[in-house]
Amino acid sequence: MMNNLILTIITFTPALGALLLLLQNSRNIRVLRTIAVTTTVLSFVFSLHLIAHFDSGSPDFQYVINAPWIPSFGISYHMGVDGISLFLVLLTTVLTPLAMLASWSITERTKEYFIFMLLLETGMIGVFCSLDLFLFYVFWEVMLIPMYFLIGIWGGDRRIYSAMKFVLYTMIGGVLMLVGILSLYFLHGNATGTYTFSYTAILNALATGQLILTPTVERLLFLAFFIAFAIKVPLFPFHTWLPDAHVEAPTAGSVLLAGIMLKMGTYGLVRFSLPYFPHMSHLFAPAISMLAIVGIIYGAFVAMVQPDMKKLVAYSSVSHLGFIVLGIFSFTMQGMEGAVYQMLNHGVSTGALFLLVGIIYERRHTRSIAEFGGLAHRMPLFAGVFLIVSLSSIGLPGLNGFVGEFLILLGTFGVSPAHAALAATGVILSAVYMLWMYQRVIWGEITNAKNALLVDMNLREKLMIVPLLILIVWMGMYSGHFLRPMDAAVSRLLQQTDKTNLEFALNPK
Amino acid sequence: MTIPEIHIPAILPSVVLAIAGIAIMVADPFLSPARRWLTGWAALAGVVLAGLSVLVLREHFGLSYSNLWTVDEFTVFFHVVFLFIIGMTILSSMDFIIREKLPQGEYYALLLFAGAGMLMMSGSNDLMMIFIGLEILSIATYVLAGFRRTDLKSNESAMKYFLLGSFASAFFLYGTALIFGATGSTNLNAIHTALNGPEIQITLAYLSAALILIALCFKVAVAPFHIWTPDVYEGAPSPVTGFMSVGPKAAGFAVLFRIFLTAFPTLQNRWVDGIWVIAALTMILGNVIAVAQPNIKRMLAYSSIAHAGYVAVAFATSSVPGISAALFYLLAYSVMNLGAFTIITILSRSEDKLVKIADYAGLGTKRPGLAALLSLFLLSLAGVPGTVGFAGKFFIFRSAVQSGLVWLTVIGVVTTVVSFYYYLSVIVQMYMHAPKEDFGNLRSARSWNIALFIAAVGTLYLGILPSRILEWTAAAALGVLR
Repeated sequence: MMNNLILTIITFTPALGALLLLLQNSRNIRVLRTIAVTTTVLSFVFSLHLIAHFDSGSPDFQYVINAPWIPSFGISYHMGVDGISLFLVLLTTVLTPLAMLASWSITERTKEYFIFMLLLETGMIGVFCSLDLFLFYVFWEVMLIPMYFLIGIWGGDRRIYSAMKFVLYTMIGGVLMLVGILSLYFLHGNATGTYTFSYTAILNALATGQLILTPTVERLLFLAFFIAFAIKVPLFPFHTWLPDAHVEAPTAGSVLLAGIMLKMGTYGLVRFSLPYFPHMSHLFAPAISMLAIVGIIYGAFVAMVQPDMKKLVAYSSVSHLGFIVLGIFSFTMQGMEGAVYQMLNHGVSTGALFLLVGIIYERRHTRSIAEFGGLAHRMPLFAGVFLIVSLSSIGLPGLNGFVGEFLILLGTFGVSPAHAALAATGVILSAVYMLWMYQRVIWGEITNAKNALLVDMNLREKLMIVPLLILIVWMGMYSGHFLRPMDAAVSRLLQQTDKTNLEFALNPK
Repeated sequence: MTIPEIHIPAILPSVVLAIAGIAIMVADPFLSPARRWLTGWAALAGVVLAGLSVLVLREHFGLSYSNLWTVDEFTVFFHVVFLFIIGMTILSSMDFIIREKLPQGEYYALLLFAGAGMLMMSGSNDLMMIFIGLEILSIATYVLAGFRRTDLKSNESAMKYFLLGSFASAFFLYGTALIFGATGSTNLNAIHTALNGPEIQITLAYLSAALILIALCFKVAVAPFHIWTPDVYEGAPSPVTGFMSVGPKAAGFAVLFRIFLTAFPTLQNRWVDGIWVIAALTMILGNVIAVAQPNIKRMLAYSSIAHAGYVAVAFATSSVPGISAALFYLLAYSVMNLGAFTIITILSRSEDKLVKIADYAGLGTKRPGLAALLSLFLLSLAGVPGTVGFAGKFFIFRSAVQSGLVWLTVIGVVTTVVSFYYYLSVIVQMYMHAPKEDFGNLRSARSWNIALFIAAVGTLYLGILPSRILEWTAAAALGVLR
């Protein structure tokens, strides 16, 4: 019983919190904060149940709930997690309470702010749990609205432009995916006689040959899904919305945007594109890998010259996400597992980076690197934490980033040494831009008088950064704790997309 | 020639509305001006009574009055939709009429007559009957559009609507005459039978279908017959605009479906292509031009054109799922659009002072409740999942893909993204700009609160649990697609 309902509980606890907030007096900020933090922490506590009772040996979906929703159309409320989505759900439930703690500076329209944050969490968890294409689409789109408000109301100077750009970009990909979903639904229904949006039913029909897609159809469908995911990732050249959205979003918005929402794109590739359209995935893999590599290098170079810390981290995300896509399209165990691992790493490290940038932004109301310098004198603890997080982002052995990047490069090397070599330059470049920024912000003498009075991190700020530091070290040292539960699901994915199992030749003609 | 049997139960709801309208007209002069607000509640009572009499209607399915009148699930469905529209319009008008100091009795009587006309359109099985219903509706609406008779814009609105509406009526009549020439009947079933028979002048039939299609396209405001819409919507009193954007549109689609699917299925291969083009054009024009509108009433006028385009997509499938989706969408659009127009009515002030989108700046801080509801309705119009607008669009696109209209669907979804831009720009004003106007002394009357409550609950409930209505619309669609 508990196992059936647990995903529903985790997903909708934040939404319930939002409902509770709606009834509160908007003046009483303390109560609002307490409710927001408590509900997200509750959701986190519930999500521990997932890890405690997860059967690592099984590649199947667990904690499944399947209830009819719109039965006449074969739409059901179907949720479940496997080894891949499990950790993404946990990442969401870990990062959101921390993002809430980072929202103390929001003093205007606090109530609405927390309501949108909570709805956002519900949407994000829903995306990772959905096993019904319709349900997936609903969560995928509905989540845009809270994010739109978060950027548009509590963002910086160009917030309206950025918020609109974010929505329209993501939406255009989303609606094309909807056409793809509908086409797939009818193709499956016409082939098998049962019209259903069930993820697993369609996957089974494709795997068993009950539903065979002609190359043209498969190509169109692949593109319909791929463009939606590529925009979300964002893969070069679909990335232009990202820096705008990041720079303008409030700290917590950036944390969730980079930490979780970008992962929805890569998750979509893993969950839908690869197993549903294996032929086309293989066919397009070289081109996509090239785009990923361009993204890695281009993102790194652009990050290097950014005068704004947030923008720097945003472009570094383009670079890091390129690694993940590269790993996914290597079609090797190491590459794919590394990609999933890197999704978590990026969430933790970049989430932490945005939190840290937020901490000094709250003190100085600027993110310009040139405004800082010599922070180590006034904020030694901050300097130390910032160093660890930067090194984690660079991929220092012993910290989490290394494991993911190493696995991805290993997997890619087996397929194409040239790709691996090119991608590896991204690791070096990341050291350049991260450490150079670190040097300019933290070391040296205090040149700007405004920095002379800064105070170090307070208890709340420590509280929000410590869990991430623990994860950075834990995931770097004991990667097995995280990789083993993924094994079964990833190896099944590999088997589903194995070239030798695919029937028709991968000749573009 | 026998005199047909009078079968009152089959037309009971329209009779109730007509009687209520007449009663209000008669009673109005006898009421002291201070008590004329009672007419509004009397009109509402009439609508509720008519709604109850729909239960009687359900017991009397079949043809009556020499096959002029048909009662099926389709008729019943539209009866409910039309009564809902009239009821909501009355609720959103009550305080508006008092605030604007407009005559009350006539207003409600005209609304009820328009309602009776719409009910007649939904059950008519004969082109002449449909025409009569159409005229009853149209004439009442012409007057309503010009109801603020001292206002120049309102007069312009009524005049434009009247001229172009008459033009459309003429087209309709001409089409009726031609089909009578071709088949010897104006009865929809008889036309269908005759068109399948030998020695039919098929060119004449095509011409007639084209003329009738054009006439109804005027009424439902789809491109390229939409030019009148923005001016008329802008000038009419706000609650009347709300009514016009959903009532005549839904009624127009109801007869469009009835005529083309009952009488003209033989000609389907021709008109389906026409509808395809009309749908594509309407979605593109409506959504793109709406982006440039500074006035919220004009913006929603273009949006209503665009939404008619989505219904036309469903019509182009001419399949049971498609028509079912179209019916669902008409209901969905009525719920959310009436909600939006109720808020516009509340905010507009006398003589439409505050109808620029820029006037809504800062509403989110000044009137958080109204702003949140307007956001809900606008997001629903845009089609955000969880709202009825999304459910409706989803069902339409689903049916379109099912019928192989994939490219039309692609046009539909892409123009939906465009629509996000203009709906969201209202939200941008409300939440992301500093207040310019002082909305302080607005009072939100009880009738408005009831209307908003119904619209908001409907928007969310039908958005999340559409199953039951969907089953109903599917049954209704079977009524016209035999």
